[in-house]
Amino acid sequence: MTVEMTVREALNRALDEELARDPSVFLLGEDIADPFGGSWKVTKGLSDKHGIARVRNTPISESAIVGAAVGAALAGMRPVAEIMYIDFLALCADGIVNQAAKFRYMSGGQVSVPVVFRTQGGSGRSTAAQHGQSFESWFTHVPGLIVVMPSTPSDAYGLLKSAIRDDNPVLFIESKMCYAQKGPVPRAETAVPLGLADIKRRGRDVTIVAIGAMVAEALAAATELADDGIEAEVIDPRTLVPLDKVRILESVSRTSRAVIVHEATKRSGWGAEMAALIAEEAFHDLDGPVVRVAGANTPIPASPMLEALHRPNAARIAAAVRRLLA
Amino acid sequence: MPLPNDALLEMYRRMTRIRQFENTCHELYQRGQIEGVLHLSIGQEAVSVGACYGLTADDYITSTHRGHNDIIAKGADLTRMMDELFMKETGYCRAKGGSMHIADFTLGILGANGIVGAGIPIATGAALAIKLRGERRVAVCFFGDGAVNQGFFHEGLNLASVWRLPVVFVCHNNAWAESTAQAATHAVADVAERAKAYGMPGVSVDAIDVTAVHEACAAAIARAREGDGPSLINCKTYRWYGHHVGDADQPYRSKEELAATRARDCIVHHRERLMRSGVADARLLETIDRDVAGEITAAVEHAKAAPPPSADSMYEDIFVGIDVREGGAS
Repeated sequence: MTVEMTVREALNRALDEELARDPSVFLLGEDIADPFGGSWKVTKGLSDKHGIARVRNTPISESAIVGAAVGAALAGMRPVAEIMYIDFLALCADGIVNQAAKFRYMSGGQVSVPVVFRTQGGSGRSTAAQHGQSFESWFTHVPGLIVVMPSTPSDAYGLLKSAIRDDNPVLFIESKMCYAQKGPVPRAETAVPLGLADIKRRGRDVTIVAIGAMVAEALAAATELADDGIEAEVIDPRTLVPLDKVRILESVSRTSRAVIVHEATKRSGWGAEMAALIAEEAFHDLDGPVVRVAGANTPIPASPMLEALHRPNAARIAAAVRRLLA
Repeated sequence: MPLPNDALLEMYRRMTRIRQFENTCHELYQRGQIEGVLHLSIGQEAVSVGACYGLTADDYITSTHRGHNDIIAKGADLTRMMDELFMKETGYCRAKGGSMHIADFTLGILGANGIVGAGIPIATGAALAIKLRGERRVAVCFFGDGAVNQGFFHEGLNLASVWRLPVVFVCHNNAWAESTAQAATHAVADVAERAKAYGMPGVSVDAIDVTAVHEACAAAIARAREGDGPSLINCKTYRWYGHHVGDADQPYRSKEELAATRARDCIVHHRERLMRSGVADARLLETIDRDVAGEITAAVEHAKAAPPPSADSMYEDIFVGIDVREGGAS
């Protein structure tokens, strides 16, 4: 049994259920409390229901939000901190990179840091170069941090629940272009395990590995390609750390071709790591080069016309697949 | 209310423990027996002991790269500390943290920290946890005068005050930020003045006197426990050695300045008071000195004999429930 909801509603439901389930869970962030309910309305209704002590508006102090979340986690709570834009992680990277990700290691395993940093990224809304970036590869480069990037309502719901229950620090990256996307979510309370990729569409001719908002674009490309008799498999890693490389490499070994899609700038993006992994571990299965379809190596431009040139879409993905198969 | 005699003696013992531990570390480092980075806290013992005296294991502290003093004052095990400095498996951090990351979560020691000022929002968050659970614990946050120029200080103190959190901010004001004099980096001469900007009490204390530090901190701690919010205590002290042990020459400050401030020794000051007031005679204090020396010697002997870490341990203690050697998590 499922129910149709948006990614935004699915995230809200996960937060609501976890707040109700566990008194050590609390939320903090800028403008998250009612009546505003968050800049992206993900936390709408939660402070009215659970109180402003547990759904806390903060000053515009990203370092303090992240640092206080780490401190509260070290003291036994399960904070969920919202950083309004992933671009703002540049203001508070210390708490994530040097503190949350390192405390367990630096203390010889004395503690874990059960904190979730929720944020959202991506272009597509004409928000320009300080509000439209995708920084997932900055953080997959940091040992000790789990990095989650859901694309569908059911994944957003189930992965956020797992992230909150996990004892490790989790960076949970939402996509602004996914919030309004609708889809089925299990009616019963469920959690999606971290570290499992999901094959969103089966196909024999090419494996498209896509993340975040690019999963929907890859699926649209696959539909278009099917009209030409090309069957693309679309796989969504869902968590970038830990990575389900077994499932991804198994797919590549079946299709012999790999296209990697993300909206972050191509240079040193997450796709470079994925391409290297496929080259190292599945080279002999390949019938062609590993191809990346990614954002341009420029800042995100504000103009919708220019932004569309920066950002991968279904047509560009389909064109890349056709070139690879030609 | 004057402190009872046993409290005064215990403060002497703890300050002596820090001084001897640090002196021993200094010697061991110079002889090449311990490696890594070592920031000595000698001269600042009264700040740590005055602030921590009266705290329990339920209370939290955060400390700094120059943190052996605070950690010992909060009751850390000298053997596990020394094992860590010798980079042994039995150290507090299994030889993966070293001097700047010693922590004991069973004692509320949320870690020294290698990032200047990073403990400020962490202590604030620990205090938030206390408040959310409705407990009477308190968080004491140690940092240096260099850290008050970090954004962490501004954001953390404002947040703690807005939320009236049970945290006490204790500045080890040792006059030097690495090699830069305070006058060159502080727009306002008195660190305690900054408290006004955050709507919290700010007091300055001459940290030659451990009882004066304790009095100021105990009042702020009591206030925090009552739910009346945070305070800032500016403890004026002095760093006797270089920024770290490799900074032996200290070309940035004069020998006269060093000599003058070393003449104001918080341990000598306390020792003289104990004798003058009849709380202790020289013999009792020498017994304490000797007992502490025995603790340190035992810690060093233990550390020398302790096993080094296994190669495998490099891959451990990264995640809960994920083996980075098997999955893609590495």
